[in-house]
This record gives sequence, structure tokens and C-alpha cells, in this order.
Amino acid sequence: MLCDSQMQPERVVDARGLTKRYGAQTVVDNVDLSIRRGECFGLLGPNGAGKTTTLRMLMGATPPSAGELNVLGFPIPQQARQMHQRLGVVPQQDNLDPDFTVMENLVTYASYFGLRGAALSQRIAELLTFANLDAKAHAGIGALSGGMKRRLTLARSLINDPDVLILDEPTTGLDPQARQLIWQRLRTLLAQGKSLILTTHYMEEAERLCDRLVIIDKGRILVCGSPAELVQQHIEPHVVEIHGRGMDEWFNVVGQQWVQRSEYAGETLFCYLSDERLLLNALCERPELHFTHRRANLEDVFLKLTGKELRE
Amino acid sequence: MNHLAFPTVSLRCLPVWRRNLRVWRKLSGPALIGNFGEPLLYLLALGYGLGSFIGNVSGLPYIVFLASGIVCTSAMNTASFEGLYSAYTRMAIQNTWGGMLATPLSIDDIVLGEILWAGTKSLISAVPILLVAAALGAVHDGYVLGVLPVVFIIGVCFGAMALVVTALAKSYDFFIYYFTLVITPLFLVSGVFFPLSGMPDAVRIGAQLLPLAHAVDVVRPLMTGQPLPSLTLLYLLVPLLYAAGAFWLATTLLRRRLIS
Repeated sequence: MLCDSQMQPERVVDARGLTKRYGAQTVVDNVDLSIRRGECFGLLGPNGAGKTTTLRMLMGATPPSAGELNVLGFPIPQQARQMHQRLGVVPQQDNLDPDFTVMENLVTYASYFGLRGAALSQRIAELLTFANLDAKAHAGIGALSGGMKRRLTLARSLINDPDVLILDEPTTGLDPQARQLIWQRLRTLLAQGKSLILTTHYMEEAERLCDRLVIIDKGRILVCGSPAELVQQHIEPHVVEIHGRGMDEWFNVVGQQWVQRSEYAGETLFCYLSDERLLLNALCERPELHFTHRRANLEDVFLKLTGKELRE
Repeated sequence: MNHLAFPTVSLRCLPVWRRNLRVWRKLSGPALIGNFGEPLLYLLALGYGLGSFIGNVSGLPYIVFLASGIVCTSAMNTASFEGLYSAYTRMAIQNTWGGMLATPLSIDDIVLGEILWAGTKSLISAVPILLVAAALGAVHDGYVLGVLPVVFIIGVCFGAMALVVTALAKSYDFFIYYFTLVITPLFLVSGVFFPLSGMPDAVRIGAQLLPLAHAVDVVRPLMTGQPLPSLTLLYLLVPLLYAAGAFWLATTLLRRRLIS
């Protein structure tokens, strides 16, 4: 499947037939990607779907087995070094230098880009403010909370003022407050015109941040579009979740007629429908049935496309 | 990508070297004691203890004979430790190299930076031993500063060899084989504790093919004022060839391990 952006000619990522094989196993299978300058692009998929391998290919960390890949106009992996000058990376796994303070981490990382001097000091001061770490400039890494470490990693990835930022699960493991702060900072970066490419397991995160996204499974792109488009195209607009005594019988006899599609997840019945009013009226007459009505969201699309069974 | 290509030599290795120096400066107290405490004990205990029974070896008081060997083995051990445990920590535990690879640095730059750092660590470990040896009267000549470049070459050579092992290691446990099978035998057959002239021919000639013996042969005259071997530069070519081969092999293996 092609995920293409016809509107704007300027692309920061252009991949054709991107494939990665390990032995007989194909982890990424003939993927086409095209990411526009200035957008936030999401890679979603269950564990083992090929998200991280795709990201690793984009950042030149592993060569594709087949296909063509251009990032920021540079052929990858051939010109990965030139591309890295203009790329920022927030890895999934924390790799801050534990022996250094916050400041030393930034200075050292900057040296890998050949950055030093007064301009760098200025840049670091700005980044510390951006990451809300002014007060922690001389603290050791061990003294930072999970959220602070993530913010430092984000600040570190911006040290070379990159055009494109790759974020592999940027908020995994953070508490809700820390997550909100990261989201806010990512939106600031988008407003500055930077392009973001991120993977996440949080559909809410993708829905809030991503202009466009792909859902990947078994190394292939299943769908591509904006979160709103995907919800509109792939799922009924309303969801009613029902549980309670006597639900099955009631649903088979009464409820079913208003519902386009239904699915069990555990003991809860998920009903997908285009007009919710008649079902809700009927449910109001059955106090023993508990229900929640909400708009369909990206998570419903995700579960519909990739299935509800557990991935490990 | 060709994993087997000879690595690129570039000044980009310097930020890698400087990063390690910065860490070392923060933790230098315990590191220094670890680096020269043990060789110093060997020098004192064997130099005086054993030396009082032995008397002169190759025309030198035993402690004088031993001091030059201890400088070389200390350089070897320090560089090996750095290229094994410390480098493995940066590669597999702290993921420091992974962070570097997301920047314009390549595996070639990282490996070269680590090798130069191992050489630097060897220098750092040798200087205090030289000072102590001088204080004990075991250094007899003004050429002693010539020891430093040789020590650096030993560090580069053994640092590079250790990185080959690190590139293959699945855990820290793996390194014990390398110490037992490579470093300790080298320690024993390279003219550190006794001159090789008393050894069977096979051992003597075999030792000449290994990197440490030549370094000892050059360092000993530099420290004691005996005449240098006439082929000094050729002698030093042996550890340098080992270093170049190991640089290439470590880079090749790490390309395979980290970017495939």
C-alpha cells in the first residue's frame, strides 16, 4: 500500500519498496512512505509490527535489504552522515551518560556534531529552558525523574537544531503530567516548522499530535491518513460499550437491530453504529445494563484493523 | 554496505576520546589507584622479595630489570581492561555508542576513539609507575621519556585487540577467557619477569611473534640506559601491525553487530 502526500512536493522522507529481512523473516515488507516537511507523522502498530525497524532504517541505523530511501534529500544509508547533521533522535531506550550532569550530557552530545563555543552555550541555555531543566543544569542524571530524563533526551536531540526529529515511543512509562508536558513541547516544535516522526502505543497521543499516520502490521502498511480520516473511513462514528446481567439475551432480541457491527472484548460488548439514539433510548429502559457512549476513535480503528488478540 | 572495508581514519574520533577523558576526570581517584596500585605491589614485592634471592638478571639488579616489564604489562592490562569491561559497558549497558551512532559519528570513529583512549589510559597508568621506579632508583637514564610513546603504542595495540573481543562478547563473563588464554600467557612469556634467553627455542621464537615482547625489549634499554636494539623501529612495527589488524577486525565485527 502506498502512503503518499500529493499536496506538497517537499518531502523529508521518501521511501519506495522499503524492505528489511533477517534471514528468512521479513520484518518490513515493501513499504512506501512519504513524509512532508513540517508535519507530525505517526507509525502505529502492535508489538513486532516493524515500527522500530522502519525507524532504524530511516535514521540510517540499519541498511534496508531492498528498496530506495531518501531522508532530507540524502540517499540512505550511503549519505547517512550528512543526514545525521540535520536529524534529531529520541530513542526508546534511555542512553544518557550516567556519569555526567545534565549540562555535561548536552555539551558532550554537541561535540559529536562538532559544536562548541559561545553559540553552543547560548543554545544549551535555550534548550534547558525549553525542557524545564534550568534548575537541574548541574544535577547528575541519577537525580532526575523519568519525565526529566525524557525531557533531557528531547533537549539533547535538538542540540544540532535538526529539521527532522525521530521519536521512538517518546512518552512510554511517563505519568500523565509528564506526558502532557512532552506533548506541549512537541507541538511547539511543530509550530517552529520541524518535522516529527514518532512511534507510539498510545492512540490518544497519535490522535492529538499526528497530522498523518500509518498503521503497520506484519511489516506492511494497512492504512494511511489523518486520524480523523481514518476514523471516518474505517469505522462507524459511534461506539456504545455495554455490560451487565442479561445483556446477551436483550441484545439478540432487541439491541441488535440498531447496531451495524458488534464485538466482544472480555465481558463487554462493543457496538459500532451510525445513529446511536434509538439504542440509547432502549438502554435507558434497562437499568441492569451498564453502558458508555462515546465517539469512535483511533483506538477502535486500530483494534479493528489489527485484531483484539494479545501480541507478545 | 561493505562490512569488511578498512575503517576510515578521521578526526571525528576525537569527540569519542574526549568524552571518555571527561568521564575519567570525574572518576579519576579510584581509577588511578586501580591502575597503578596492583603493578606497584608486584614491583615492590617481587622486586625486593624475589630480587634479594636472585641478585642480578641480564646485568641489572632484579628490581631494575622488573620495573621496565611492569611498566609494559601495566600498559597492557590497563588498555585491555578499558577495551573490554569499560567499552562493553558503553556499548551494551549504557548504550553510549548507540547515542553516538545517531549523530554524524560512525562505528569507525567510535572504534578509533576508543583505541586512542585505551592508549591514553596506558600512559596514565605508566607515568606513576615510572615515577615510583625512578624514586626506587630503577630508572637510570635520561632517555626514559622515550618510554612514553612505546607505552602508548602498547595501549593502542591491546586496546584494539580487546575491542575485537568486546565486539564478540555476549556478557562480561566472556572476558575471563581472553584474560586467561591471551593476556596472562603473554604476561608470562614476554620477558617481564625473566629474560627469554633461558626459554626453549619454540617459546622464544613464538614470543617474538607476539606484540608484548618487542615492547619490553625497547622499554628496558630506555629505562636502564643499555643500548637500544638496532632494529628498534622494526620492533615497534609488530605491536603497530597488531593494532592495525585489530582496528580493522573490531570495526568489521562491530558494523555487523550494531548496524545490521
